[in-house]
Amino acid sequence: MTDRVSIVIVSHSSDVARGAAAMVRQMVGREVRVAHCGGNADGGLGTDVAAIKHCIEQVYGPKGVAVLVDLGGAETNSEMAIEMLPKEWQANVVVCSAPVVEGAVMAATEAAGGSSLAKVRATAEELFR
Amino acid sequence: MPAETDLVARLLDAGVDAVRVNADMLSDLDRAIGDGDHGVNMLRGFSAIAEGREALAALPLASALEAMGTLLVMNVGGASGPLYGSFLLAMGRAAATAGGTAPLGKLLEEGVAAVKKRGRSERGEKTMLDVLVPVQLAWEQACTDGLQLREAIERVKQAAKEGLESTRPLQATKGRASYLRERSIGHLDPGAFSSCLLVNAVCDVFLESTKP
Repeated sequence: MTDRVSIVIVSHSSDVARGAAAMVRQMVGREVRVAHCGGNADGGLGTDVAAIKHCIEQVYGPKGVAVLVDLGGAETNSEMAIEMLPKEWQANVVVCSAPVVEGAVMAATEAAGGSSLAKVRATAEELFR
Repeated sequence: MPAETDLVARLLDAGVDAVRVNADMLSDLDRAIGDGDHGVNMLRGFSAIAEGREALAALPLASALEAMGTLLVMNVGGASGPLYGSFLLAMGRAAATAGGTAPLGKLLEEGVAAVKKRGRSERGEKTMLDVLVPVQLAWEQACTDGLQLREAIERVKQAAKEGLESTRPLQATKGRASYLRERSIGHLDPGAFSSCLLVNAVCDVFLESTKP
């Protein structure tokens, strides 16, 4: 599992994040490590930098982490969370510009085949082109 | 000027009050062109700052700015957390590197640069930068012109007000409001509004301090 790119799903809604993670799990089983978070620190709609950082730390491995986000604040908060990681991890964690549910499934499927982080990201981002 | 620790407490109180009093209005503005949570998000962030008041007020200005920035980043829950957080963190760092002697203009310059970088945005895109950039420029100009503090602050307040108003006819190209395309035209930007409120709150603290 640690020789695969990991996936982090960040949504404004904990239900969306949980649901997207369940879909990924169904597609790729346990080959790829997946973490998810959604909602602000109070449990309302929004995103939480600390929770995002925690998710990345949970699944981080040498192949890196692809982060899938839904809307603006999720992206900004994910970038912030990445900057709070150890320096040597930062280049190895990327936010993908892709739809969160489809992107997560595509990225995880690509990751399951052992692809690099760049390839995983490119596959997810094809969805927006 | 008041003692620095006193200054931190007064700036903090003024910011917290401005957000508390106007939170509902900020959410109303955001409901028109965003997702309606700017007020509650800002309130969550500034409530965390209010809770840390005693500890923050005891810090030197540079560390207090950085600590407040981190609290906003960790508590706001929307994009405004990292944006305002980066602003304060960059100002705090600028203040710290100069050993507490950096002029306010330098702090503002670094803060505004950090917001631009974080939001990948510039003035004219219907965001908080439409207030913060003119505020920074007005302060710079006032310093160049050698104005007294009181006059300089009046110019800054005017720049904030005009900057906020300048967002009304703009079409948003950043953030959630950009999804509305031309329907974002005709509304004030909520982030520019909160920036204007906070700039005014800070200005009033400085004005107060110039009173004999």
